[in-house]
Amino acid sequence: MSELLKVPTMAEFMAQGKQPEVLFWVGCAGSFDDRAKKITKAFVKLLNKANVEFAVLGTEESCTGDPAKRAGNEFLFQMQAVTNIEVLNAYEVKKIVTACPHCFNTIKNEYPELGGKYEVMHHTQFLKTLLDERRLAIEGGKFKGKRITFHDPCYLGRANNVYEAPRQLIQKLEAELVEMKNCKRNGLCCGAGGAQMFKDAEKGDKEINVERTEQALNIKPEIIAAGCPFCNTMMTDGVKAKEKEADVEVMDIAELIANAQDL
Amino acid sequence: MEYIYKILFAVILILGVGYFAKNVKKLVRNIKLGQDVDVSDNKSQRWKNMSMIALGQSKIVRRPISGVLHVIVYIGFIIINIEVLEIIIDGLVGTHRVGLKFLPTSVYGFLIGTFEILACLVFVSVIIFWIRRNIIKLARFWKSEMTSWPKNDGNFILYFEMVLMTLFLVMNATDVHFQTLNSGNIISQFISPWFSGLSEGTLHIIERGAWWIHIVGILTFLNYLYYSKHLHILLAFPNTYYGKLEPKGQINNLEAVTKEVQMMMDPNIDPFAAPAEEAGEEEIPAKFGASDVQDLNWVQLLNAYTCTECGRCTSECPANQTGKKLSPRKVMMDTRDRLEEVGKNIDANNGEFKDDGKQLLDDYITKEELWACTSCNACVEACPVSIDPLSIILEMRRYLVMEQSAAPVELNNMMTNIENNGAPWPYNQMDRLNWKNE
Repeated sequence: MSELLKVPTMAEFMAQGKQPEVLFWVGCAGSFDDRAKKITKAFVKLLNKANVEFAVLGTEESCTGDPAKRAGNEFLFQMQAVTNIEVLNAYEVKKIVTACPHCFNTIKNEYPELGGKYEVMHHTQFLKTLLDERRLAIEGGKFKGKRITFHDPCYLGRANNVYEAPRQLIQKLEAELVEMKNCKRNGLCCGAGGAQMFKDAEKGDKEINVERTEQALNIKPEIIAAGCPFCNTMMTDGVKAKEKEADVEVMDIAELIANAQDL
Repeated sequence: MEYIYKILFAVILILGVGYFAKNVKKLVRNIKLGQDVDVSDNKSQRWKNMSMIALGQSKIVRRPISGVLHVIVYIGFIIINIEVLEIIIDGLVGTHRVGLKFLPTSVYGFLIGTFEILACLVFVSVIIFWIRRNIIKLARFWKSEMTSWPKNDGNFILYFEMVLMTLFLVMNATDVHFQTLNSGNIISQFISPWFSGLSEGTLHIIERGAWWIHIVGILTFLNYLYYSKHLHILLAFPNTYYGKLEPKGQINNLEAVTKEVQMMMDPNIDPFAAPAEEAGEEEIPAKFGASDVQDLNWVQLLNAYTCTECGRCTSECPANQTGKKLSPRKVMMDTRDRLEEVGKNIDANNGEFKDDGKQLLDDYITKEELWACTSCNACVEACPVSIDPLSIILEMRRYLVMEQSAAPVELNNMMTNIENNGAPWPYNQMDRLNWKNE
């Protein structure tokens, strides 16, 4: 399958004197994390299927600086930001799509002041647009009628008020969208944000991802849908901790749509 | 005899308002100890936020029970205070119910009747508030930061309101003339029979007593505000006006850092050049991030004085919910306590802050609390008056990392990885596109 993936780089486009429609910002998790790489590929399959002329930066991409900034290292963040902006501006990038809400938030909100002004979309928003423009058809396939709940990533939801695009996509799968008690602006964090992903939690009586997974399991979903590679990892670990791997799957929205079509 | 009362009233009024004004001056002085921040943008959106969130109570009602009760007390508080106007005129001029002189009995009755109904509703709401705090013991009122003064403060305010509402109703119930008018005594007519056995003289004494204690109580309450979490009744308005307008996920870029980064990245800048003349106009700040209240900006300090310790932030905090020490409410309370301490220090040292060997970091807010935050913005979303505890947490992390290099080891590893490989993990940047062929 994977040999069919078309993943052109910005450098290749530039060599041909062309501009892609959109830059796909893969992000560190999407590039290196084994679980997240599957999300990246699923999204690329959808882009290929919809004939979207996109490009990636490839080896020219670097961390946006989000975890450094949230950890308090403003120097490192701005060094990363300025370097990335230089690359993006050199390629005259106008529009960026990313499957990581942290990259999304940072590039969309924190780069403009430093000279990086782009239209930035989360991949669920982008997929929704493809759907609206009839460039992509979504079928339920094997997810038809399944109970799916959506875990709102903090950096997509509360941070940027994007609540509907991922839900509309789930509904397009003809699945039964069920909401946790704490959803949308009241959604509970998975525990990974603010650089927590990279350290052990402080002393407490529970892990945050387990608490959130319990909230999800309470409404007995067959699938927990996520829109963030870090949430995905945290919820997957939570499901494992509750020994529910046999009953509940954690999947990114892009994976749901791609898998529904057996891409 | 009459004029003695008038003078006494004027003296009490001047003392009450004067002392409050003195404390407001101190409050403004303390808030201005914060760093400057430009919040002059987007005035129309700011006015809109203030009218929706503070005036319109739009965020408090997200929790319906406490929300509706709060709206009752809020409306009651504002409207019943119209009555204070009459009390002040009566007190200064020596009239009795001066409103009756200007208004038809029916209109006056309508006004007082409205006040009485609201007073009754406020009384009931405040009782329910008290029950929620002390009998039902809602978890957010019993967190570790809610002991001693904060706990008592919450109850004192409720007692104050109960007493003031009772006095208002008793004052009306024992006013023989007002009761015979039978207009506006919509609640007090049912209280009046409790005093039925008493002579008119005794009733008059009770009525006067209630009247005097009522106004003295209001002035006392006004002055209590400065020492209490209850300042929110005033500060909620400026606080929602100055509240954050950017998307919640957006964290400010430190300008001082931007300058340094530009210097480092600009190939045209001679690194060996003597500091140019411009060094004088744009000084590099004494420190990055915040270790004490003076390092925070004044809006963050206003936030701290505005916090009424309702604890909605803490009850939504994922770290707090899972037993970590972090409580966004405590961050706000600590900031205010430290700011008050700094203010008192300045008062005691002729307007100059004398180093007291203490600071907000460690002495109030510990590293353990700061590192437990996931920056999820649940606290910011939950606050009914646009307080941003997250911004303070991040400002203090900046100090820990950039001034003290005191990040947890794992985070230092993460940052080293970003520096060296452009990713938080130790993978080579050259392998970024390997997934394509896997």
